Amino acid sequence: MGVSELLLMRHEWALVAAVLLLLIFEIALPENGKKKINFIAAILVATATIIGFLPAEQGTLFGGMYITDPLRQLMKNILNIGVVLIFLQSVHWLSQDLYKDRSSEFYMLILASLIGVNYMISSGHFLMFYLGLELTTIPIAALASYEQFKSKSAEAGIKLILSSAFSSAILLFGLSVIYANTGSLYFEGFKFSNSLINVLGFIFFFSGLAFKISIVPFHLWTADVYEGSPTNVTSYLSVISKGSAIFILVIVLFTLFNSIQLLWQDVLYATAILTMTIGNLFAIRQQNLKRFLAFSSIAQAGFIMLGVINASALGMATVIYFIVVYVFSNLAAFGVIQTVGHASGKVTIDDYNGLYKTNPQLSLVMMLALFSLAGIPPLAGFFGKFFLFTAVAESGFYVLLMIAVLNTVISLYYYLLVVKAMFINSQENPIAPFKSDYAMRISLVICVAGILVTGFYSPVFEYIKNLCETF
Amino acid sequence: MSYSVTIFILILPLTVFVLNGLLSNKLSHRLAGWLATGSMGIATVLAWLTAYNYFFQSSSYEKLIPFQITWLRFTETLQIDMGILLDPISVMMLVVITTVSLMVFLYSMGYMQGEKGFIRYFSFLSLFSFSMLGLVVATNLFQLYMFWELVGVSSYLLIGYYYDKPEAVAAAKKAFIVTRFADFGFLVGILLLSYYTGTFDFTKITNPENAAIAGMTGISFMGLSVLTLALTLIFMGGAGKSAMFPLHIWLPDAMEGPTPVSALIHAATMVVAGVFLVARMFPVFSFHAPEALDAVAFIGAFTLLFAAIIACTQTDIKRILAFSTMSQIGYMMLALGVSGYGSEGLGFTASMFHLFTHAFFKALLFLGAGSIIHALHKNDIREMGNLRKHQPITHIVFLIACLAIAGIPPFAGFFSKDEILSAAFASNPIYFGIAALAAGLTAFYMFRLYFLVFWGNERTYEHSPHESPVLMLIPMIVLAIGSIFTGFIPFGNFVSSDSQPLQAHLNVTVAIISVMMAILGITVAWIFYKKESLLPEKISNMSGALYHTVVRKFYIDEIYLFITRKIIFNLISRPIAWFDRHIIDAFMDFTATATNWVSKEIKGLQSGQLQHYGYIFLSGVILIVLVMIFTNT
Repeated sequence: MGVSELLLMRHEWALVAAVLLLLIFEIALPENGKKKINFIAAILVATATIIGFLPAEQGTLFGGMYITDPLRQLMKNILNIGVVLIFLQSVHWLSQDLYKDRSSEFYMLILASLIGVNYMISSGHFLMFYLGLELTTIPIAALASYEQFKSKSAEAGIKLILSSAFSSAILLFGLSVIYANTGSLYFEGFKFSNSLINVLGFIFFFSGLAFKISIVPFHLWTADVYEGSPTNVTSYLSVISKGSAIFILVIVLFTLFNSIQLLWQDVLYATAILTMTIGNLFAIRQQNLKRFLAFSSIAQAGFIMLGVINASALGMATVIYFIVVYVFSNLAAFGVIQTVGHASGKVTIDDYNGLYKTNPQLSLVMMLALFSLAGIPPLAGFFGKFFLFTAVAESGFYVLLMIAVLNTVISLYYYLLVVKAMFINSQENPIAPFKSDYAMRISLVICVAGILVTGFYSPVFEYIKNLCETF
Repeated sequence: MSYSVTIFILILPLTVFVLNGLLSNKLSHRLAGWLATGSMGIATVLAWLTAYNYFFQSSSYEKLIPFQITWLRFTETLQIDMGILLDPISVMMLVVITTVSLMVFLYSMGYMQGEKGFIRYFSFLSLFSFSMLGLVVATNLFQLYMFWELVGVSSYLLIGYYYDKPEAVAAAKKAFIVTRFADFGFLVGILLLSYYTGTFDFTKITNPENAAIAGMTGISFMGLSVLTLALTLIFMGGAGKSAMFPLHIWLPDAMEGPTPVSALIHAATMVVAGVFLVARMFPVFSFHAPEALDAVAFIGAFTLLFAAIIACTQTDIKRILAFSTMSQIGYMMLALGVSGYGSEGLGFTASMFHLFTHAFFKALLFLGAGSIIHALHKNDIREMGNLRKHQPITHIVFLIACLAIAGIPPFAGFFSKDEILSAAFASNPIYFGIAALAAGLTAFYMFRLYFLVFWGNERTYEHSPHESPVLMLIPMIVLAIGSIFTGFIPFGNFVSSDSQPLQAHLNVTVAIISVMMAILGITVAWIFYKKESLLPEKISNMSGALYHTVVRKFYIDEIYLFITRKIIFNLISRPIAWFDRHIIDAFMDFTATATNWVSKEIKGLQSGQLQHYGYIFLSGVILIVLVMIFTNT
C-alpha cells in the first residue's frame, strides 16, 4: 500500500491521530493544566476537519472494504464540523471541578465514535459497515452515563446499550439472511433480487438502521436517552449519530437496494408518515426541553425520509442539504439549552418564560434555531424543507406531501410555544442574566451564520446537487 | 477596474444596516453616522467609476451581467437568479441613488443630531439605499420585485420613524397598505408574464425578437391580449410606488417622516421606481402592448395636471413639494407613454433625463425645506416670511432649485422638460397642452412658496431663525451645482431606448412656449405674493366651492375612506369575518382539540420500560414484513 493510497483514508487517520495525541496530552499535562485539554481537543478536531476539506482522490482500499469519493468526503466533513461545534460547546461544562479530571475521556470517546461514523460512511462491505455502526454506538453508551452520580444518566446509558444491542441483533440477523441469499457481503457487485426471503432480510436490516435514525416504531429509546444523557452527548446523538445513519441509509438504499426500490419506497412511505406524526404529537406535550428536542428530532427524521423516498440524485441532494441545515439549527438550540442549564440548572419550557428580558442574545439565537427547525423563510430550514417537499412532489407522492405539510403546521405550533415563552410570557423569577463562555459563543455564532448563510447562499445546494449527480 | 466591484456598492450599505442595527446601543452617534456616510461615500465613488467605465471606456452600451447566482430553481428553465445587470439606465440610476444618498446622509448628520433614534435612523436609511440599489440592478423581474418590497418596507420604517406620533404611524401604515394594493397587481402581472414566457430574466423578456413574448399577444382574455393585461398590471405596481393617480394618496401623508427621508425616498429615488420599471420593460411595452403604453401616457398626463393644481392651494411646505413630485413624475410617465422605440425614442430619453435632473433639484428643494423647518420648527408657509435675511445660503440654493423646476434656462429642469414637451408635441397636441399648462402651474406654485417664505413681511418667531450648520449646507450646495449644470449633459448620447446614441435638438417653438409659461407663472406669483396682498384671498373667495375642492385634494381621501369604511368593511369584511370566526376558526379549533386529544391518549406508548420498547420494536418489524410480503406478492 503506497502513500497515495494511505492518503485516501486521511479522514480516519486524522481522527486516530487526534485520539492518540489527546491520550499523550492527558498523560503529559500536569495536574493543574488539565483544563487545557478542552482547547487542545477542540483544536485537534478542527485540524482534522480542515484536513478533511483538502481535495482528495476517490478510490477503494483493502480490496473494496473501504470506499471513498467526493460525496462521502463531504458527508464526513459535515459531521466533523458538527463535532467541532459540540466540542466548543463542551469546554465550559468540562472545565467544572466535577469533570475536569476526566474531561479527556469525553473527548476520546466522542472521537472514537466519530471514527466509527467515518468508517461506516466509507464502508464497502457489510461487515465493515457493522463494525463502524457498533464503534459509533458503544462509546456513546458509555458517555450517556457520564454523569454517574445522576440516576437519569445511568438509566440513559443502560437503555441505550440494551436497546442498541437489541437492534444490532436484528440487523445482524437481516445481514445473515442477505448473505445467505447473495453469497457476498461486498458492496461491489452486490446483486439483490426481490424474493420473499430477501425482503425479510432487507426489512430486518432496515429496522436496525432505522433504530439509529429513530424512525417510528423503532424510536422509543430516544426520548429517555436524550433526556438522561448530558446535553452534549444528546446533541451528538441527535445530530452526528443520526446524520451518519441517514447518510449511510441513503447510500445503501440508492446503490445496493435500488433493485427493490418500489418496496423500500413503500416502507419509507408508511414509516415517514408515522414518524412525522408521532414525533409531532409527542413533542406537543413535552415540558422538558431535551425531551422536547428529542421528539422534534424524531419528527425531523420523518421529514428527511421525504427526500430519501425520491430515490434520485435530487432526493439525495435534498437530504444532505437538510442535514447541513439541521446540524446548525439543532446544535444552536442544544447550545442554548446547555448554557442556560449550566448557568441556572433549568430545563423546562416554563423556566424560559421571560428569558428575552434577561438574556436577549441567547433568546434570539434560540428563536432563530427554532424558526429554522420549523422552516420559516428566509432561514435555511425553510429551504431545507422546501427542497424536501419539491423532491417528494417530483416523485408524485402528493398524499404524503399533504401529510408532511400538515405536520409542518403542527410542528410550527410547538416551536412557537418555546418562542412565546421566551418573548411574550413573563414570570416573577426569570432566569438571571448571565454571560456564556467564549467557546460557547463562538459555536453559537457559527451556528447562526450557518443558519443564515446556507439559506441565503444558494450555491451551497447547487454544489451538493452537482456532487450527487456525479455519484 | 472590473465591473464585478459593483457588488460592493450593494454590500456596503447592507453591512452598515446590519452593523448599526445590531450594535445600536453599543456605538456612539458620531461613529454610527460616519460609518454610514463613509461607506455610502465609497459606494458613490464606485458608482461613479462604474459609470465612467461604462459610458466612456466602451464604445457600445450593451447589457452586462458582472455577477449572478442562481438563488432558487423551480424547473430547468424557471429559476430565480440574484445578480447585477448593467445597462445605461441602471448605471445612471446607480449614480443618482448613491449621489443623492450620500448628500442626504451628510445632511442627516446635521439634521438629525441629538435625536434619540439616531442610529436606528441611519440603519434604516442604509437598508433603504441597499434595497433601492438592488432594485435598479436587478437582472430579473423577481429580484426586482423582492427589492421593490424591501424598498417599501424601509420606506414604511422611515415614515414611521417618529413612532410616538400617531400621525406618523398612520401615514406609515397608509403608505404601506396603498402600495401593497398596487404591488398585488404587480405580482399578478409578473406571474402572468412568467407563466407564459417561462422566464423572469430581463435580457430574455425585453428582447424584441423573443417568440414567447410575441406569442402572448395572441392569447386574449376579456378582449385584451394577456400581454397587455400583464403589462398593465405591472404598471399598476409602478403607479402605486410612483404615486400616480388614483394610487397617490399616500405620498402627501408620507411627509410625516423626517425631511431628509422625504428628500431621498419620496422625491429623488423610490418614487421614481415606477418610472424605472416602465423604462426597464420599455421594449415589451413598445413592441407588443402599445395599449398599455397609452394607459401610461394617460395616467401620467392626468396626474401631472391634477397634482399641479392641488399644489397651488396647499400651505404645508412639504406637502406642496410632495404634490410637485407627483406632478413631475407625471411628466416622466407621460414622456415614456408617448415615446417610440429607437430613433423615435425621444420620450424615453427625455423621461430618463428628467428623472436625472429632477433627482437633483427636488432633493435640493426638500433639503432646503428641511433647513427652514430645522430653523423654525414649523411647516406652514403662512407663518413664514422674509427668511432671506436669516438664511441667505438656503435662500440662494432654494431659488436655484425653484428656477430649475420651473424650467428657466439655463437651469437643469429647462432642458429635460423641453425634451418632454417636444416628445408630447410630436405625439398628441392635447398632451402637449396639458404639459405646457402644468409647466406654468409649476412655476406658479413654486414661486408662491418661494415668495411667501423668503420675502413678505418679517414674522415674529419664537427664537430668531439661524442659518443651518455646515454639514447641512454642503450637500445643498453640491446639489445646487448639480441643478445648474446637469442640464448640459448630452443625455441622448448615453441613455436611449435602444442603446444607440440619440440626437436631441432643442425645439425652439416648444422652448419658447414653455419658457413663456414659466415666466407667466412666476409673474403671477410675484404679483400675488411678493408683498402681502388681498388678491389671492379674493380670487379664492370668488371661486368658492371649486377652491375648497382643490384644497381638500378633490376629496380623493374621503372617497377612499367612504369606499373602505362604508362599503368594504360593512358589506364585505363583516360577513367574511363572521364566517372566519364561526366556521373556519371553529374547524381549526376542532382539529387542534383533536390533535391534543390524540396526543394525550397515546402518551402511554412511551412507558419508560425497556422490555416494552423491545416488544414494540419487534412488533413493528414483523408488521412491516407481513405488510410487505402481502402487498408484494
